[in-house]
Formats: sequence, C-alpha cells, structure tokens
Amino acid sequence: MLHLGDLKGAQGRAGVRAGKAAGQADGASAPDWPARFAALAEAAHDPRLRAFYAAGAVAGDTPLAEVPMVAIDVETTGLDPARDEIVSIGLLPMTLERIASSASRYWVVRPRIELNAESVVIHAITHAQIEAAPDFGAVIDDLLAALAGRVVVVHCRDIERSFLDRALAARIGEGIEFPVIDTMDLEARIHRAARPGFFARLFGKRPAPVSIRLADSRTRYHLPRYRAHHALTDALATAELLQAQVAHRFAPDTPLRELWS
Amino acid sequence: MQVEQLEILDFLRAHRPFDELSEEALQRTAAVIDVRYYKAGERIVEFGEVAEYWHLVRSGAVEVFRRNGTLYNRLTEGGYFGEFGLLRSGRVRFPVVALEDSLIYLIPREVFAELFDQYESFADYVEVEDKTRLRQAMSRKEDANDLLSATVDTLVGRAAVTLDSTATAREVAQRMSEEGVSSLLIVDDHPDVPGLPQLSGIITDRDLRTRLVAPGLAYDTPATEIMSSGVVSVNHNQLVFEAMLVMLRHNVHHLPVLDNLRPVGVVALSDIIRYESRNSLFLVGSIFRQQSQDELATLVPEVRACFARMVNEDASSQMIGSAMAAIGRSFKQRLLELAEAELGPPPVPYCFLALGSMARQEQLLVTDQDNALVLDNRFDPAQHDAYFKALATFVSDGLARCGYSYCTGGVMATNGKWRQPLAAWERTFTDWIERPTPESLLHAGIFFDLDGVWGKTAWANRLRELIARKARGNSRFLACMARNALQRTPPLGFFKDFVVESDGRHTGAINIKRRGTAPLADLIRVHALAIGSESLNSFERLKDIIDAAILPLGRGQDLFDALEFISMVRARHQAESLAAGEEPDNSIDPEKLSEFERKSLRDAFLILGNAQKFLKYRYQPGRAN
Repeated sequence: MLHLGDLKGAQGRAGVRAGKAAGQADGASAPDWPARFAALAEAAHDPRLRAFYAAGAVAGDTPLAEVPMVAIDVETTGLDPARDEIVSIGLLPMTLERIASSASRYWVVRPRIELNAESVVIHAITHAQIEAAPDFGAVIDDLLAALAGRVVVVHCRDIERSFLDRALAARIGEGIEFPVIDTMDLEARIHRAARPGFFARLFGKRPAPVSIRLADSRTRYHLPRYRAHHALTDALATAELLQAQVAHRFAPDTPLRELWS
Repeated sequence: MQVEQLEILDFLRAHRPFDELSEEALQRTAAVIDVRYYKAGERIVEFGEVAEYWHLVRSGAVEVFRRNGTLYNRLTEGGYFGEFGLLRSGRVRFPVVALEDSLIYLIPREVFAELFDQYESFADYVEVEDKTRLRQAMSRKEDANDLLSATVDTLVGRAAVTLDSTATAREVAQRMSEEGVSSLLIVDDHPDVPGLPQLSGIITDRDLRTRLVAPGLAYDTPATEIMSSGVVSVNHNQLVFEAMLVMLRHNVHHLPVLDNLRPVGVVALSDIIRYESRNSLFLVGSIFRQQSQDELATLVPEVRACFARMVNEDASSQMIGSAMAAIGRSFKQRLLELAEAELGPPPVPYCFLALGSMARQEQLLVTDQDNALVLDNRFDPAQHDAYFKALATFVSDGLARCGYSYCTGGVMATNGKWRQPLAAWERTFTDWIERPTPESLLHAGIFFDLDGVWGKTAWANRLRELIARKARGNSRFLACMARNALQRTPPLGFFKDFVVESDGRHTGAINIKRRGTAPLADLIRVHALAIGSESLNSFERLKDIIDAAILPLGRGQDLFDALEFISMVRARHQAESLAAGEEPDNSIDPEKLSEFERKSLRDAFLILGNAQKFLKYRYQPGRAN
C-alpha cells in the first residue's frame, strides 16, 4: 500500500492536479468564506461544529499580515479517504510574524482499521502508542477549538480537507469545510505558471519539472531539511514554507484572497 | 500539554550551550520556542526596541551591527544574539539583519533568564562579555595543567642532604651512598645569622667522577674543591614550570630548593620529568653534546617532536614559548662554542644578542633567526671585523640548518650594520628614542626585545636598562612606536569557511602571527616601554603593566588571555601540521577551527582591536604619559 507522503509526492511530480474539492474554483474565485461560514453555522447540528463556524472566517480582502492562521498536517493509514484513517494530527498557530510552535498541538488517534506494518515504520508511531491512543472522536473538541477563526495552512490541501471531513462525518454525522492556504499550490503557481510555447509543445519539449514536494520546496527557500512523516514536524515545515513564500513572492499587504481557496 | 517538537529538540541537543542542559530542561526549552523566517536583507531586530527574545540561528546567516553601523559579528547555524539586551537594558543593543534567508528560533526572555540563572555552564557560555568566555576557557586549561600550577615543594620528597664545608670528598661520597641520593649540598653558617645554614655549593655524582676520580685526586680532597659554587637555585614556592626553565636556561640537572635562604631540598631532572614526559631538558643536553653543524642539524626532528609533545600535553603557550626559546638559545650557544673552537678565541670580548620572539621567550616552530653582535668598545673594524663576520656567518648558517630560517629583514649579526661596539649600540638606541620618526622605528621594534645569549651578557642588560630609562614617559617616541604597533590589525572574525575583515571583505586564510600574536606583542611592548619595564616576555610585561595600572581595570587580564589563546591556536596549528607530515606555518584555514576556537578567537581579536584603539588614544603625539 502506498503512503500518504508518496501520494503528496506523486501529485507533486504530476503537477497541479485538477483535484479541487467539489464546487471549488481556483484561488481568486474561492468562495465567500465569511458568508459560507455564517450559512454553515445555521445549518450545523453538532454544537461544536456550530461554534467552529460561528467563530467566523477571515474576510478575503484582509492583508496577510493580519490573518490568524494554523498550520496542520495529518498522517494516515493510507491514501483513500473512504477507507483509510487518520493516525496523528499536528498543528501550530501562526501569523506572518511568528510561528507559535510553543502553542503547538499533537494527537495520536486510534484508527478503526488495522494499522499495517509499513505505515507504522513510516510514521514512527508504534502499535503500543496506537493502542493507548483515543478515538478521533475524543479530540474533536480540542481540534475544532484550535482551528476556529483561523485560516488553515497545509501542503496539499486535499488530504487534510478530505480526511478531516470524513473523520468528522463518521463520528458526528456531519462533515466540515474550511478555507485553506495550500503551500504546494502556491509553489505550483510560481513554478508551473508558464506553459511551454507552441513549438516546445509541438516538439514535445518540456521544461524539466520542478518538484513541489514539501522538502524540495523548502530547499528552494534555504530552509533546513527535516525528517518527514511526523505530523507536527510536517506542520512546522509547512508553516515555515508559507512564511518563506510570502517573504519572497508576496507581501504582508497582499490580500488573503490571492492565496486561499 | 507539552508537545515534543522533535526538530527543535534535536537542534538544541546538537548545539552549545544547550548540550549541557538536562534532558528535561532541553525539552522544556524546545517546547517554548517560536519560529520566524527572514528573507535575506530583512531586518530582524532594530536598535532600541524592546528585547523580547533570545535569538538562535537555526539556518542561514545574519549580521550583527554596532549602533554606529559597523559590523560587529556574523553568525551562522547555531549562532545566537540578543543576550546583551536581555541581560542589561531590556532593549536591543545590536541591530541584526538577515544576510541570507534565515530561520530563527525565538526563546522568550523569561525562559532565557531561567536558563541563565539555573545553569551555570549555560550562563558561562552565553555570558555577555566576550572576553569572559575567553577567561574561562583559559582558567579551565590552567587547572588541567600540573606543570604550570604545581609548586616546587610538591617535588621535594625529602630534606636536603647536606655537609658543611670542612667535609672531604670521601665523606661526601659516603653520605650520598648512605642516603641514596645523586647530589649533596655543601652548607656554611650564615656570616650574619649564626645557626642559619647558607648554601655554598653542590656536588653531584658526576662531579665525583669528573672532578675527583678522573683527574686522580686524593679522596681526602676538600669537598669545596670539587663542588660547583655560585649555584643556581629556586625558591620552594616557585612553580615546577619555572624550575624547569631554570634548568633549561642553565643546563643543570639539580636545583637546590631554598626556603628563606635555608636549603630544604633538591629537585632533580628526573623529578620534573615525572611532570613532563620525555622532556625538552634532554634535548638541551644533547644539543651541547653535538660536535658540528651537521650533527646539530640532525636534532631538528627532535625539536619538532618536543614541540608537538608539549602542545599535546596541554602546556601553556608561555611554557612552550620558553622551552622553545631555551632550545634556540642552546643552539646558538653551542654554535658559538663550535665557532670559537674553529676560528680561535675572539680578538675582543663580545656579546651575542637574541632579538624578537626568542628574546621574549615566545618562540614556536616557524621562526626567523633575529640576532646581533655587541662588541667591545676597543673593536677596530680593520683588525677584528673579519673574525666577527666569520663568527656570525658560522652561527647564522648553522641556525638556518637547524630550522631557524634567515631573517628576511636582514636583522642578523652577519649584517655589518648590526655588528657594532657597545658605544655604537648605545648611540643607536638613544637616537631611536630621543629623535624618533615612525620611519626610523618602523623595523626597530624587534631591537627593543633583546637578550644576551653568550659572552658579555651583562652588556645586554646594560642596553635594556638604557632603553627602559630613556623610553619611559617619552611621549614622542611612544607615539611613534604606538603608530607602528597599529599597522597590523586583527580580522573581525570568521564566517563559514572565511575570515571576515572589518570592512566585510572575506579572505580564505589568515596569518595568525601577523594578524594576532605579533600585533599583540607590539602593543604590549609599547606599554612596557612607557612604564620602563625591563621584562622581555609579553606575559611578564603584562604583569608589570597591570601593576602599573595604566590600563582600564581588567583589560590587562583580557590581553593576557587573548595572547594565550591566539598563541595556542598557532601552536596547535603547527603541531597538527607536523602530525600530518606537512611543513608547519602560521597560516590558519578557518575550515580547520572548531566552533569553540572560532568563537574564542573572535573574542580575542575583539580584545586586540579594542586594545589597539586604546593604544592609539593613550599615546597620541603630544599627550603627556
């Protein structure tokens, strides 16, 4: 079985896939998140989810410098959100000024399916830790509280979005939506924007693909190499990458809507 | 809940000063760190803003500036900044800018303060005063060094074996056999203090052999006829190291130990060798047994091995410098003996002078021969100069073969200019001091470090007295000397594998002598001349300077530490070259320096730089000293 990290890598190599969450368009035409949250707050049944939406979403014209964010990474038993499950979640609040590693959170949760040996090795999470861990349901309170009012920052948005959506749906009967800044998408925009010209396409010449994997992207900004596949380390790595991308490619007064989706 | 940030924790664990914290403190620290990325060129902290964090460079590089905009330091991975502001005013003292894209860890003020208060090793390392770190590095080393810290009385295992001057040679031999000793002291009653024994001579096994048995004297020959009188001795509370130097300088193997003039024991060569295995003393002994330049040249590998051994055994630079100078001195003395044997006795008396680092007893391996001849005032060039020229050439060539290369500046007795009667030398020094110009003194510095090696060494003392008398408080002369002492400056520090100059330029290597030890010795010499010190060794001079209280409080000790540290880096570098089978030199490649050496060297350079500023200020032309 493939691992999540490999999926992120595979997507990276393949370029920006069309795999947007249903009904969502690209960057600039992201939904009106504050309005969407107001509507979802009305519709939600679970009080925790209602509180999450009621905390509101940051408006799209807010300058990045003023946007509260939270970098998050989940590690899973495999690739398929329909079948696989979350085993760990790491997150840390951040702004452009500061990555609050000191306020980071990390949970190991027990998946309902059997954890196979391969992914155990990759996550460095042992069976014993898994056995001792609570069900995802037990961390929903804390998780939603940590995300409330913040824009989520991930590397490869579909994973976190779909797995969190599924995990919640399975426990409380309702899924979740939230705005996301995807550092992989930002990297793809920067490096894959220029399409090859007519002749280049005609003769099958393609520019050497630029890897937009997390580790390779970080290297371009002279960020240190970290060990992969620990949810909290990956969340930190993503947070640092976003700060670097904004420092080099955007500005503190760039409106949020240019980055999120 | 406390969360483990593995990358942060691992980083702390691998870097000083965190590596000395307990695991629990490490985890606590890692858990409170926040992070921030800065693009190259971004300002990280501004002068005067509230100091909230202690900053740790996780990756990249930053530049720390003084308030006036000059570069203070460059830091890379593992470097830290902001402690000044946190420990002092609470405001940022040194603005910092990212030189490269950098990731910075932020440690909150309270946590920094807690670590600083609770962990002595942490505080020691971070301590705001750069020079303090150097001082601690030095004192730790001193503690580890027996030879430097132990006093002579620790070597005196038994009371002195003595006889009075009425004893015969047979009685001496019997007594030595009974006591199982290799030397015996002959004592008299002190002429003024009845009952107080006074040392009058020493007799060793060797003396019995060479002065009694070999010439076939009767066994009842008075002991006073075969003893050595005018004995060199040490005080019981002197350092073992000093005793070793006395033995080296005088080439003796037994030293009577005195306590308030009363002989309390004898220290033998073998006692000291317990402290320094395979001692440089052996080498000096063998120098005097060589019969030609060729034979002397065969000792070069031993000189080098002796040097490397001392470095590896953690001797101080002062010990190494003195031992190497004693060895150099012995080469000169033996070469002069051999020269006189070949050329015949000198037509008029002379004194052979060692100049520069050998006179200061600060010699390492790579060193020029700097020497001169002081001749009797009856010297007549037409009659005598051919002899002294030949003598100087013999010594100079011999020294070159023994590893002391010819002086490129021509400061050698082979140069007619530096082969003068005493009166001429006195005029030269008087001229230099009383009618100074920076040009006339440009290359004269070396002459103000002079030591008599052979012959009428009292003349060397006379010249030193003259210099001390005339130079003291002579502001024009001191201003010229100070100006020349500022011509060689230290670099700012190191950055990655480069040496950083004060103007920000990079170079690949530095000559640690030209940029470190030499300007330090120059600077110390100016102060020493100003106070009329007759000491030669820079450390001794510094002690005089500290006693004279002409430096701001504490600066003398700082210079002491800086000189010791830079000298030891130089010595270690030369020893490492030897070990690697390379020809030793003074060029230091920053790549080969440890993190600690880089930091401490930078501290030492800073001390030197500040001391040079002070020198310039203190010896301005026209200022009364």
